Amino acid sequence: MKARVTVTLKTGILDPQGKAIEGALKSLGIAGVSSVRQGKVFDIEVDGADRAHVEAALKDAADKLLANTVIENYRVEVLG
Amino acid sequence: MKSAVVVFPGINRERDMARTLKLVSGTEPSMVWHADTELPPGTDLVVVPGGFSYGDYLRCGAIAARAPIMDAVRAHASRGGLVLGVCNGFQILCESGLLPGVLMRNAALRFICKDVYLRVERSDTPFTRGYNAGQVIRVPVAHGEGNYVADSETITRLEGDGRVAFRYAGPDGALDKKWNINGATNAIAGILSERGNVLGLMPHPENHVESDIGPTDGRGLFAGLTQHFAKVA
Repeated sequence: MKARVTVTLKTGILDPQGKAIEGALKSLGIAGVSSVRQGKVFDIEVDGADRAHVEAALKDAADKLLANTVIENYRVEVLG
Repeated sequence: MKSAVVVFPGINRERDMARTLKLVSGTEPSMVWHADTELPPGTDLVVVPGGFSYGDYLRCGAIAARAPIMDAVRAHASRGGLVLGVCNGFQILCESGLLPGVLMRNAALRFICKDVYLRVERSDTPFTRGYNAGQVIRVPVAHGEGNYVADSETITRLEGDGRVAFRYAGPDGALDKKWNINGATNAIAGILSERGNVLGLMPHPENHVESDIGPTDGRGLFAGLTQHFAKVA
């Protein structure tokens, strides 16, 4: 099954990279950009057809490695 | 003092560290490979050196923190054994849960490679007994992600329990934004674990130990550790 884990910085955690990107977008004149936060996307293929099982395995993966839960949140989507 | 230096792929400061340990303690350290599952018997001090383990992929130190040898390092720490992490080693110790918090990208987004001043906050630990509390030492830093961050509860606990070992300061020990090179919370450069047996710091004391090269302010950390184990033995 194909799945996607999205990791984002928690609210309140300073994101200097996002700030730099935000500045670059503003200097490009992209209209209406007020804030940028940078995150990560993991596209993962998992053996097995049981959605709940795949979701549980990827939650485990995110807790153990993909995200640092001190500063990051994550979201698991099983795409089928 | 019997020390073991843990080596991960992409680490590049392990030889500086080994040279300093030999120079100051008189005993050659063991080099321990990341895929090993045990430390050499009788290891007093485990050192996680600096570098770019696994190319800093995912997050600095994240992959190294899950290497097989880290279970042995955690077990050593839980027995009260001493663990020192420098630079990438500090990042690895945070990622492995041995120390709280995270090292984020430097506030100014630049890699910083220069000498800095550190204020030693306390002298009553095995790591800092070679210094006086309040002493200012000059040591180099070389990092892009050294901006120490933790939730406010953790910071309050670290400060309240005296677990901040080193802070970025001026040459006179004064704290000011201009000396806090990477924007770390409360200018934190190094912290201790709850039991005080694990120290992580971003700067490289192992690189200022020989007068032929420059200042020798880093020597106190290794001399203090050597004295600690001489006394224990």
